[in-house]
Amino acid sequence: MPGYSDPAFDTLALHAGAAPDPATGARAVPIYLTTSFVFESSDHAQSLFNLERAGHVYSRISNPTNAVLEQRISALEGGIGAISVASGQAALHLSVATLMGAGSHIVASTALYGGSQNLLHYTLRRFGIETTFVKPGDMDGWRAAVRPNTKLFFGETVGNPGLDVLDIPTISSIAHEAGVPLLVDATLTTPWLLKPFEHGADLIYHSATKFLSGHGTVIGGLVVDGGSFDWDAPSDKTTGAASKFPELCQPYDGFHDMVFSEESTVGAFLLRARREGLRDFGACLSPHSAWLILQGMETLPLRMARHMSNTQRVVEFLASQPFVAHVGHPMLPEHSSHALAQKLLPRGAGSVFSFDLKGSRAQGKAFVEGLKLFSHLANVGDCRSLVIHPASTTHFRMDDAALSSAGITQGTIRLSIGLEDPDDLIDDLKRALKAAEKA
Amino acid sequence: MYLNVNTHPIYCYTGGKPFDAAKPTAIFIHGVLNDHSVWILQSRYLAHHGWNVLAVDLPGHCRSAGAPPASVEAAADFVLALMDAAGLATAALVGHSFGSLIALEAASRAPERSSHLVLVGTAFPMRVSPALLEASVSAPMKALEMVNVFSRATLSPPPAALGPGTWVFGASMALGRRVLASNTRVNVFYTGFKACDSYENGLQAITQVTCPVLFVLGQADQMTPPKAAQGLIKEAKDAKVVFLPGGHQQMNETPEQMLAALAGFLKA
Repeated sequence: MPGYSDPAFDTLALHAGAAPDPATGARAVPIYLTTSFVFESSDHAQSLFNLERAGHVYSRISNPTNAVLEQRISALEGGIGAISVASGQAALHLSVATLMGAGSHIVASTALYGGSQNLLHYTLRRFGIETTFVKPGDMDGWRAAVRPNTKLFFGETVGNPGLDVLDIPTISSIAHEAGVPLLVDATLTTPWLLKPFEHGADLIYHSATKFLSGHGTVIGGLVVDGGSFDWDAPSDKTTGAASKFPELCQPYDGFHDMVFSEESTVGAFLLRARREGLRDFGACLSPHSAWLILQGMETLPLRMARHMSNTQRVVEFLASQPFVAHVGHPMLPEHSSHALAQKLLPRGAGSVFSFDLKGSRAQGKAFVEGLKLFSHLANVGDCRSLVIHPASTTHFRMDDAALSSAGITQGTIRLSIGLEDPDDLIDDLKRALKAAEKA
Repeated sequence: MYLNVNTHPIYCYTGGKPFDAAKPTAIFIHGVLNDHSVWILQSRYLAHHGWNVLAVDLPGHCRSAGAPPASVEAAADFVLALMDAAGLATAALVGHSFGSLIALEAASRAPERSSHLVLVGTAFPMRVSPALLEASVSAPMKALEMVNVFSRATLSPPPAALGPGTWVFGASMALGRRVLASNTRVNVFYTGFKACDSYENGLQAITQVTCPVLFVLGQADQMTPPKAAQGLIKEAKDAKVVFLPGGHQQMNETPEQMLAALAGFLKA
């Protein structure tokens, strides 16, 4: 039943969360650059603080521009609501900090962005939260890693940078058997390529810095709740033991003994994440940044289609080059995730992928420096095409074993395919390959 | 808190304040595939403004045990038994959709026990199409989506129960899935819809009601269009009607207007 009440993805990308401004008639989303919002009365103030009424108080906690962004990503993902934060890293931290404290345990994929791996392996360990890393395709490994204090499963929808596709249906099933939710980083796929909630994920986060904003202009993150996980469920169904998540199911003395899972049957995570996480950790998103991300999301469907068609051309070109040893994209039959990608990602497995050159480290350097259109920098998901050498940059803190575990070699080159004319991109790559061969 | 009603533990949200029978009490009754949490904003506000609040999970729904009521009449008897269990002589009855019919019938069965009656998103008769009834059994997820599409009136709802950033459509879908899954023995989707569809006593019931009645209707409500409440409004002795600029999700699509209507009515 298409139409205003049942709009499709492309319509939601433009309209979800936004209506013409009732005060001014402005059609575009206004940027509410204000720290605070005037109370109508003392009673109104008290009611807002006590969650008796919904509204904005202070922009660290919420802001009308950010709220549009939060509703829009929720609509596109099929979630119940979202929280915008300062970066993708802040989104991961907010998710973890809302669900657990010292003495807790996470099971995570080995194929993670280096920053996520740092947070889990080094920083959170210092705060008493341990992580066991498992190869994303090792289902027995996910099962075996569960401990009594495990609170979360975590992986990237397509792993960085080898594009191991996360088997969300199977891994979420293992997580749910263990009584814990599955959080996925969906940055590289966006809801245009994959809707993780439809496959069993419970929480999603994005580095909105990448494809959602799409223009390399802003840092931001989003956490989306699918509303599917039952935080009250007993940790052991046979014994009826208490929930694993007292943070959400027991009175919270930091907020008038509120029991978040009683306040909202499906939204306890979001309530605590905003009321504690933004309040206390404070990693909020500027309304100006929220607006820039919204501007990008309006064209997400158009851009993603072009990202994917360009990626197909570039992957096919690289796979045909004799100086290229290996191209790591699931669209190729030899990729270990090819079959899973065909099932979960029919529109494609993303436009960020890696390949290995034949030749020395010096030839790899010559290749990167020989590119003219591809920009050598530490980002992905820009409208412009990008290139980087992971072993010396994004993943430089990993030792050889960890690099190998993440599918990275010293010769791996990562590309993020942009929106340029694909013939120009291929011409650029041809020239750089020649330069590398001569080096 | 839990009350023992008809030998079953029944969950009631009390708005963040302990139950205090000395205060005037408002009982909030949810609709099909909903639970107490749809009333959070309104019930929490009242609980902190002089009222005692019981936002109930109907039997067989989410936190409450027992068999889900198979008829509006059975549900009304449950509400009166709930009042007995809580030691309440009188209460304001506030119901949404299916819950509005339950509140109406309860107020008619024991007029002296209702201080106020608030009917939100109501209609009589509350017919459910045969196709939707059938889909609630054969394809409940599809039926749930149909209901939520009909219930939605805006793509940009204001801050709602989860605060700013709530996507009301998604939250309602998730709640519906959760409520349906909460009862593995009885399809509460079908049972609730069938009870709405089968209820015949509305016009007689409204004439039995002696307390003031507030009708809160969504101007763009496709589930219970305002015109479908006109028969009840006409028969009510002491009725006030408020139209809200939204659809069937009055508590979350138009929460501020809903609260203003409710609080103003109860205060008066």
